[in-house]
Amino acid sequence: MLSIANILNSFDVWLNKLLNPTLVMLVEMALIAIFAIALFAVLGLVLVYLERKVSALIQIRKGPNRVGPFGIFQTTADTVKLIMKESFMPDSADKFLYKTAPFVVMITAMLLLAPLPFAEGVQIWNINIGVFFITAVSSLSVIGILMAGWASNNKYSLLGAMRSGAQIVSYELSAGMAILSIIVLTGSLNLQEIVLSQKDGWWIFKGHIPAIIAFVIYIIAVTAETNRAPFDLAEAESELTGGFHTEYAGMRFALFFLAEYINIFIVCAIGATLFLGGWMPFHIGNWQAFNHVMDFIPSSIWFFGKTFGLILLIMWFRWTFPRLRIDQLLNLEWKYLLPISMFNLLVMTLIAIKGWHF
Amino acid sequence: MSFLSNYIKEVYGAVKSLLTGMKLTGYYFTHPKENITEEYPDNRATLKMADRFRGEVVLMHDEQNEHACTGCSACELACPNGTIKIINKFDITPEGKKKKAIDAFVYHLELCTMCNLCIVACPTDAIKMAQTFEHSVYDRRLLTKQLNKAGSKIREGVE
Repeated sequence: MLSIANILNSFDVWLNKLLNPTLVMLVEMALIAIFAIALFAVLGLVLVYLERKVSALIQIRKGPNRVGPFGIFQTTADTVKLIMKESFMPDSADKFLYKTAPFVVMITAMLLLAPLPFAEGVQIWNINIGVFFITAVSSLSVIGILMAGWASNNKYSLLGAMRSGAQIVSYELSAGMAILSIIVLTGSLNLQEIVLSQKDGWWIFKGHIPAIIAFVIYIIAVTAETNRAPFDLAEAESELTGGFHTEYAGMRFALFFLAEYINIFIVCAIGATLFLGGWMPFHIGNWQAFNHVMDFIPSSIWFFGKTFGLILLIMWFRWTFPRLRIDQLLNLEWKYLLPISMFNLLVMTLIAIKGWHF
Repeated sequence: MSFLSNYIKEVYGAVKSLLTGMKLTGYYFTHPKENITEEYPDNRATLKMADRFRGEVVLMHDEQNEHACTGCSACELACPNGTIKIINKFDITPEGKKKKAIDAFVYHLELCTMCNLCIVACPTDAIKMAQTFEHSVYDRRLLTKQLNKAGSKIREGVE
């Protein structure tokens, strides 16, 4: 059967015939780097277009509709404009940190791509601590934001960066708790195994109400972690004129902008993998015929469909809710999300020990 | 125990109010028909203005080039910012009587705020608000208009 995994395997076999193993690894690493950059570029264009269209529809507008049919080339035109623009630096900025910060944010997002299972048997790096790797690396992006805010030598940038720090440090906790409650059920940190454990139904259905609560908490926490409205205090354009990227222009600004959308894609992909079965088609228990019909849809379509569904949900949040104040933000995390997710984890552990899940 | 029930009530109320908001935006998202945006320069031929839209003051003329303006200058008095200036003349009727009529109905579009007070003040319904809105010109003198057409006169029977 023709699948992405088979194509990749036969390509690997063919490459091994031509070259020695060291060269094969180097060539494959280069190809993966090109793939990652291409995926980032395409995702950036698609997600920015999608966001503008979704916001337009929600606000009863039309959105981009001039460049190309339905405005689909609008984001390409914007990117070309950003590349042409001069990327100047404030005189008193910390030059080294200022130049490094966008790349730190970008590389963090790229690292997160490694353990994601895109389709059946398609994964850049199959490590047995995939979930741990993701939670560890995703907290690094705050360093890039803090670097940008500090190096800009601007009080608004610094305020935005500090808020971002407070926000990510606190929301990481409840995101971690929500992820843990699924790990308790699967008993594995390997993302491929987590997907395979959902063969007879996704965890959000199999784990009863605690799994649904964990899913809701996860979505709220990652919305905060990616600095998106209603938790976009790090940018807060009405208060801080752009927050940590106030002093950035041209392509350096575009890298921050792109990283935000890539991060959304990645957290939604992780959410889809943990709660909605990743590339696993929609299966119900032992209904063989139904499961077989669902298997006809390729696994990569399942993965990207679920991921984009979650992205739409997060965009829906952004264009519905007003921004929280910093004290409300921390109240929500420490007084509501964290206690609820801890209690939820306790219930989930009980379910896992007693074997009450399906 | 009242603490716990208050806590749960608070969470429930918050979730409910958030879902109410999402329901409305979700409705707009799934119903693009609600969109009221006009793609203006493209649909110029078929553009429909709202009934209440007020573009500029016009003096209505019929086919015989007759209007209903008696020159009473009620509109000039009603105007809050001196947009309208009525210049009268006196026609001599066949019986030898003098009769007041307008010589020029001068309208300064550049001063007009489209407040509609002149239309309300007019006792003979001679003027009305038109729906035109493409008023921009390169020379601002062109914005001072004479509303009565050349050779027009007052309609018979309008006093």
